[in-house]
Amino acid sequence: MFEMHFTVETWGRSVLLSGRLDARSAPDFEKAALAAVDEQPEKHLHMLLDFSGLEYISSAGLRSILVLAKRLSPSGGKVVLCGMSGVVEEVFGVSGFDSFLPVTKSREEALRLLGE
Amino acid sequence: MENTVRERVFPASLDLLVDIRAFILEEDGAEERLPPKRVAHLDVAIEEIVVNICSYAYETPPGELTIRVEEKPEFFAVDFLDNGVAFDPLAMDEPDVSLPLEKRDAGGLGILLVRRMMDEVHYSRKGTLNSLRIVVDTPRMP
Repeated sequence: MFEMHFTVETWGRSVLLSGRLDARSAPDFEKAALAAVDEQPEKHLHMLLDFSGLEYISSAGLRSILVLAKRLSPSGGKVVLCGMSGVVEEVFGVSGFDSFLPVTKSREEALRLLGE
Repeated sequence: MENTVRERVFPASLDLLVDIRAFILEEDGAEERLPPKRVAHLDVAIEEIVVNICSYAYETPPGELTIRVEEKPEFFAVDFLDNGVAFDPLAMDEPDVSLPLEKRDAGGLGILLVRRMMDEVHYSRKGTLNSLRIVVDTPRMP
């Protein structure tokens, strides 16, 4: 079970993810996220991924986030993550993804990082 | 708890990941005998190993994947047996997790997660079979 909700913001998109971001759902997330980037090719876009409802992530999920971050990076777009806990937080720690992507506890902190 | 062993053969197809996970963790109520944190670790390890086997083990997929679950009071172990090409995932170099975004790729992350989250991981080639065994220690309650 995986759900994602995209909200259009002045600075980009916030995405609420819930359930399991695994080998089955990660390709769908990657496709939807990259489509959102392609909607606004003329300006840089940030993406706030709210993980407070995410229960599980595997390397397939990490891969989709890496693809997204690499796509946004050349134009100055950031991927910021908030609200992770449990095994999701562990997976980010083990993989070192929390060292090159900004991770915050709360959504408010994430918005501050984006300058909003 | 009694010592138990259960074994089942699945087609090595990613479509069966849900069933394989259920066989290992839910059959016989296994996940209720393990701390939730360790169930989550097994959850990740099972996906990473099954994805690897389904993606790389067979030149003409799907082949067969035998799952053998061994429960003892001291440990919970799972053997993944496939007769695909010989492949030792533990022989691969671990990815450098300190690299910046521009230099990162996603290669090797799955097996890294398995190594860090399991208490033991063993690979052996048994005749025409690849055997990957993961073990979670389950110390007795005092």
